Formats: sequence, C-alpha cells, structure tokens
Amino acid sequence: MSASASPRTDGWPMRAAQAMLAPVLAVAVAMVVGDLLILTYGESPATVYHLLLEGTWGNWYGFGQVLYKTMTLTCTGLAFAYAGRAGLFNVGAEGQLAAGGFAAALLGLWLPAATPAGLAILLCVAAAMAAGGAAGAVPGVLRARFGASEVIVTIMLNFVLLAMLNYAVASHLSVPETLHTESMRSGFVPRLGGTFALFAGSAANWTIVIAVAAAVFAWWKLFRTRSGYELRAVGLQPDAADYGGIPVPHTWIRAMVWSGAFAGLGGINFVLGYKHYYEEGFAAGSGFLGIAVALVGRNHPIGIVISALLFATLSQGGLAVNALVPKQLVDILQAVVILAVATAVPEVQRLLRKSAAALMPRASLEAST
Amino acid sequence: MILLAFLLQTIRIAIPYLLAAAGGVMSERVGVIALGLEGMMLGGAFGAVLGSYYGGSAWIGLVCAVAAGLFVASLLALCTLRFRADQVVVGIAINLLVIGATRFFLRLAFDSASNSPRVDGFGGEGSGLGVMASFSNPLVLLGLLSLPALWWLLWRTPFGLRARAVGEKPEAAATLGVNVGALRLRGVLLCGVLASLGGAYLALDQHQFTDSMTAGRGFIALAAVIFGRWMPLRVAAACLFFAAAETLQIQLQGIQLVPSQFVELIPYVLTIVALAGVVGKSVPPAALGKVE
Repeated sequence: MSASASPRTDGWPMRAAQAMLAPVLAVAVAMVVGDLLILTYGESPATVYHLLLEGTWGNWYGFGQVLYKTMTLTCTGLAFAYAGRAGLFNVGAEGQLAAGGFAAALLGLWLPAATPAGLAILLCVAAAMAAGGAAGAVPGVLRARFGASEVIVTIMLNFVLLAMLNYAVASHLSVPETLHTESMRSGFVPRLGGTFALFAGSAANWTIVIAVAAAVFAWWKLFRTRSGYELRAVGLQPDAADYGGIPVPHTWIRAMVWSGAFAGLGGINFVLGYKHYYEEGFAAGSGFLGIAVALVGRNHPIGIVISALLFATLSQGGLAVNALVPKQLVDILQAVVILAVATAVPEVQRLLRKSAAALMPRASLEAST
Repeated sequence: MILLAFLLQTIRIAIPYLLAAAGGVMSERVGVIALGLEGMMLGGAFGAVLGSYYGGSAWIGLVCAVAAGLFVASLLALCTLRFRADQVVVGIAINLLVIGATRFFLRLAFDSASNSPRVDGFGGEGSGLGVMASFSNPLVLLGLLSLPALWWLLWRTPFGLRARAVGEKPEAAATLGVNVGALRLRGVLLCGVLASLGGAYLALDQHQFTDSMTAGRGFIALAAVIFGRWMPLRVAAACLFFAAAETLQIQLQGIQLVPSQFVELIPYVLTIVALAGVVGKSVPPAALGKVE
C-alpha cells in the first residue's frame, strides 16, 4: 500500500492526535470511576474535583508541589519508556531511583564543603545516574546473556536493592533516631522559592530543569542518533534488527543502562533539591508510577513530561481532597488510567486499522495487491 | 518440642505462599503472567475481614474473600484476554488498584486509615495445643493440599492436558478444538480464588486487616513459582523452603548471624539466580504473556 493512500497517518499533528486518543479516553474513564467512588462517601464529585484543582493549580504553593513531583515522575517515566522503546520492561525504576538518590547523598556527604557548587552538582548528578545505570545493567546483562526475563529480574531486584540500602542506612549511616543519612556538605540545588518568592515553602527546585533536559536528551538520542535508531529497531522487531546487523544483546544492555540512569537521575530531586540527605522510602512508589507516566505519554519524551505533570497533579490533588474522601482516591484513579490506556491502545489501533482499510479507495487496494 | 514449634511456624508462614503460588502456577500454565498475585491476595484479605466482621463468621469471610479474588481476577482477564492489553502492565496496575482501593474503602468500612477492628477467625492459631489446633483452620489443610491437587489436575486430567497445551502452544491446542480463551479465563479465575484464600488466611490468622498487609507475599509466591520451575511439587518445596528460612530468621533473632534483611532476600536472590540459569535454568511456559 502506498503512503499517500492513507493521509491520516501523515504529518505529526495527525499522529499526535491519534496518539492522544487512548490517553484522553482513559482519563475520561477514570473520571467516571472517580465520580462513583466519591459518591460512595456521599460527597459531590464536582466539589471534590474542584478542590483537587484548587489545591494544585489554584495556588503557587500547590503548583510548586506539583512541579516537585513532576521532576521525579518525568525521570521514572523516561526510564520505563526508554527500555520500552527497545522492547524491554523496566519494572525496577523504584530501586534504581533509590540507588540514584543514595549515591548522590553519599557523594554530597563525602565532597568537601568548599567544592565549587557547579562541580559538586555535576558530580552528584553523575553519581545518581551511574548508580541507577548500574542497577539497570544487572537485568540488562542477565537478559542479554542468559535470556532471563527482565520483568521478573527487575521486580526481584527492587526488593533486593531497597533492603540493602535500608540496611546500609539503618545500621551504618543514619543519624541516630532517624532513618536518614547525615546532611550533605555540598551539591545543593536551590529551590524555586529562592528566585520566585511566589513558590516559597514548596519543595519545587531547579532540578526540574535537569529533568526536562533529560527528556530532550532522550528524544534526541532515540530519534536523532544511530544508536537510538538501532534501539527502536530492536524494540519493533528484534529478528529483523539482528538480520540487519544490529547487535541485539548489546542494544538491550545499553537500553537498560540508560533506562536505569534516567530513573537514578530522579533521585536528585529529593536529595539535592529538597532534603539534602537520603531517607528510607523516599521513592514512595514514584518508580511504579513511572510506568503509568510512560504509558499515557505513549513512550515519547515530550508526551512523558506532559503526562508526568498530569500524574503529579493527581498525586498532589489527593492531599487536597483528603478531608472529604481518602487521598487514596487518586491511587485508584492512577491505576484505572493505566488499565484503561493499556486496554484502549491496542483496541484503538485495531479500530484505526479497520477504518483505514474501509476508507481506502478500491483502486489503491488493487494496486497494492 | 523446638522442632515441632519450628515446623508449625514454618507451615503457618507457608500457607499463604502455598495457596498464592498454586494460583500462580495455574495462571502461568495457561499462559497468563501472574503479576497480579499480590493484588488478589490483598483483595482476599480485605474481603475476608469485611465478611467476618459484618457477617459474624469466618466462613462468610471466606465467601467474601473468594468473591473479591474473583472480581480482581475477572478485571485482569477482561483487560488481558478480552482486550489483549499487555499482561505485565495490567498485572502491575491491578496491584496498585487493589492497594489503593482497600485503603480507600478501609475508612468507609471501618472508619480507620490503617486497620480494621479485631475479627474472630477460625480460632486455635498460635495456641499451645499443637498440631490439632492449627488444623482446625480449614485453610491450613487446603493450603497444604493445594499444590499436590494442582499437580493431579494438571498432569492427570483432560482439563490439565488442555491447560498446559494452551500455555505452551495455543495454536496447536486450538487446532484440536480446545477453546483457548475459555480455558485461559478459567485458569485466571482459579488463580484469583486460590490467591484470595491465601490472603484470607493471612488476615484471619492475624485477626484483622491492616493497610497493605500482604507486604510483597504475592511476589514471594511468584518467586516460588519461578524457582520451582512451574512444577507444582517443586513450587510447594520452594514455598516451604522460603517459609523455613523466614522462621529460622524469626527464631534466631537474638543471635544475628546475618542481618535479618538479608534472610528476607533469599527468595528474590534465588529467583534471579534461577532465571539466569547458573544452577539449572528456569524456562517458563512457551506462550507465557502472549495472547494473540
């Protein structure tokens, strides 16, 4: 079939619209489920949703908190998407995120206080990415060398990594009576509140710029470099890629290392930008939520930044409505969005294919056969 | 006496693993990845306490637990079998959904953010009466028998032969007239029932529901499935082994030969080692995760 016969797939606006169909559908489904859940508590859905918006986009503090959460979710979303483009599932972002934060906190503690700020930040960022990348390399190598399912290995590795970090902190590194390490001496990233007084009090900090830069970098790497092309080819059809001379196992390992590095980078948000120490449990599910972010963002770096903003809004919004309905309302909504997108995407694609075939002129069909 | 106490505690810890792992074997043998075990267990635990508290009997609790497990399993089946959504993504989302939903409804049902009030359970657990007292709980017997029974079901009945065929080579099974979709649905629903009973045992044994009380046990059960290479009796041995390691760690708490965190890691590390094939490779059913 010739490309001109189906103008609907031409040009990025059409493709973007098609890509957004499933997520928009999913959010609509989630809203309806949310209505029902809110009604079980005898509250009015309109009031609750209004409160949710007001507590997030309605004031600068709330918006700052949303931006803060967007940073981590962008990174874990990129992590899932980057591996996903290579046809791999990185379910290990939770552990990789914690490893990244841990490495950054330790380096910040070890570097002398006199280290130039820029250099210290650069080194801590590199440490976070290296730790996350190392954690991602394990399932990558096991998959490439032994064919071990990266899904299971990353899930199991989450438990292993978190337990080992907790052990290290609890028995060797923590400040007495707490579950966190000593405060860093260098490598602080200032909060947005320091520059824009409106954000004062919120945890939003300049690492958000690093996250957006990481998204741009991921886009460039995936769509503008040879290694990105190879990675996507392996993800679409490993056998064809192999036939075309692309080293598939190496590509898998590279993809998992970068994926882990993106997740690890998310750790600097809490550590460099907010608390300046590593604390047990700071990842708090952001790793798993990255899966949702990547799904709704359709594994595209730009989509992921937008989708991270959406999920951050939901997370923060839960706190705003907690007086009326339990904040776990948003956990349910987030899960419903994942289920709906995962379900709708293959369905929408089938429908699009069907309607494209139905609309195609008979002549072009005959020409193609 | 110490040995008996060790054995009893091992069994007590192993029951939820055995039940959930039996569900996991069933689901994966028909080709559906059992990542939702954790959610099914947690749903079962919540249902059990809800039924026991408002119904006044542990038996009603069991009925509610199974209903909750079936609901979660149906949702998973709807997404993965009917709509062919990705099984890994759906499994993870199901877990997040149940964790959120049980917390959400905890406040509605029991007016608490963290736990339910005490429920009676089947009685007899943990008392000094020994073996008989523990067996007054029907779930203990059911748990011990679940995997041997599953072995019989999968290897000695026509249903089992078809189920395994569907998990290994669905096209071939379909050619012979097996309804692949219906068989997978039954496998997933049976998985939901078994896993929810595992969760019910946990909740009734502790006499209450607490927030996220399954605490990764569904994944330990999944680890046992993989470490036991999808063979019911090996999986049962893996569950008992994991439980024995936990018991040992609890009973040796004072001695601290190794930090307790590392003992908890045994199932996870062994699973990774088994998948890497260092000592005999774990190979999943050929059609696992593929629905087309």
